[in-house]
Amino acid sequence: MIQINNLTKRYGEFLAVDDISFNVEKGKILGFLGPNGAGKTTTMRIITGFMPPSEGFVTISGHDVSKEPLLTKNKIGYLPETPPLYMDMTVEEYLNFAGLLKQVPNKKIKYAVENACLKVDINDVKNKVIKALSKGYKQRVGLAQAIIHEPEVLILDEPTIGLDPIQIREVRDLIKSLAGNHTIVLSTHILPEVDMTCDEVVIIKKGKIIAQDTPKNLSKKMNKSSLEEIFIDLISESRSEEK
Amino acid sequence: MKNIITIFNREFRSYFSSPIAYIVIGLFLVLTGVFFYLLTSSFLQYSANLQWQAARMRQAVPPMNVNQMIIRPLFSNISVITLFVVPMITMRTFSDEKKSGTLELLLTSPVTTTQIVVGKFLASFLLYVIMALLTWVYPLVIIIYGNPDILPIGIAYIGIIGMGAASIGIGLWISSMTENQIISAMGTFVILLFLWLVGWFSNFTSGGFSEFFKYLSIIEHFNDFSKGIFDTGHLMYYVSLSGMTLFLAHQSIESLRWRS
Repeated sequence: MIQINNLTKRYGEFLAVDDISFNVEKGKILGFLGPNGAGKTTTMRIITGFMPPSEGFVTISGHDVSKEPLLTKNKIGYLPETPPLYMDMTVEEYLNFAGLLKQVPNKKIKYAVENACLKVDINDVKNKVIKALSKGYKQRVGLAQAIIHEPEVLILDEPTIGLDPIQIREVRDLIKSLAGNHTIVLSTHILPEVDMTCDEVVIIKKGKIIAQDTPKNLSKKMNKSSLEEIFIDLISESRSEEK
Repeated sequence: MKNIITIFNREFRSYFSSPIAYIVIGLFLVLTGVFFYLLTSSFLQYSANLQWQAARMRQAVPPMNVNQMIIRPLFSNISVITLFVVPMITMRTFSDEKKSGTLELLLTSPVTTTQIVVGKFLASFLLYVIMALLTWVYPLVIIIYGNPDILPIGIAYIGIIGMGAASIGIGLWISSMTENQIISAMGTFVILLFLWLVGWFSNFTSGGFSEFFKYLSIIEHFNDFSKGIFDTGHLMYYVSLSGMTLFLAHQSIESLRWRS
């Protein structure tokens, strides 16, 4: 579904993403792990067509993201790190706008908004101004925006950041329920989350992939019980190499 | 087209869901109203003076031209006031979206950068046109109590609107380059002020330079409109300036993708 081929991104001299390749199969959830500044957001921004890669390419069900931007953008729902919300709109107005922007036909827009609100459970705040919502609700409105046009692919950049434990569990369950219909790539720091939700894990550091497998296989291979240990291990391994 | 309308709708509504539209339009009408009051009262004073003098000298009262004495200076004043309010209209267009991250939503949606820029331009432009046309009350007062030529008033409005399109283009372009609304407004104001003052340089230079500076000046082109002279050359200046600045705004948004 999503193919990432030899992706490289340079900011001047700085190499943010260094020759990354991986595939995500249809209906699967891929967890994208890495310390801060590892290149997660950059990779996701390239997948969504927000910025072009320096080298390599990304295809969404066979279509190159940089060659057919309008087509591929239509297939993608994207929740950036900070949800892209217009604070002075109500939730309903905002989702209406997002839906039209994502080419939902005028006739179906009302249904699409209702459906998205139902899925992320924000019906009770539909008529509130976004400014007045709590962080958890804002995150959910951002998620509703990403799924409003029922995209084949969902790209979620740290969807649970800044939420309280109960909200985290809710969002996690939500993401799980969305898999199957959608192919999902999500980035996070929270490791148990990956253990529980993801079918596959890609760990990157300094723009390079340092591990890629299912969470189960990874723990078998590394002989560690939790993903957290594996992660710390891998990250610090490459850290001591540098010394 | 549908995408442009979607962008336009949100942008235009956002003016009215914040106090910006009300403040800008209110401020504009107060300022232009003050000028209208001053111009009409000095006109009345002058005409009373003339009548008194004519009576004393036992002569006929010399004819006075309302178009020349009220309408032309009124539109000149309005055109100058727009230079101050346009930066307020355009300052948040792109800056706000850059700061809050909503630009990421627009740039990852299946719409083109051209559609985004045009949609935003049309929204700011419509607000400007509404604001400018609200001044119709002033000419109306003169039409009721005097007998001005109507056609020059219409032509002056074409000039005001053309100049607005060009100024808003400049504002959008500056706004697309910064995420700070204050810098956006100040930058737009400085450029508009420059384009206004550059006409004066033509007084101190000669030949080609003088012509060049005169051509560059946004106000020089308006002078003919305020006199009621319709010249497509002047209109072309505004149209091409709008086109050029919108192209620059487009390029600056596109370049975000490469740099960010």
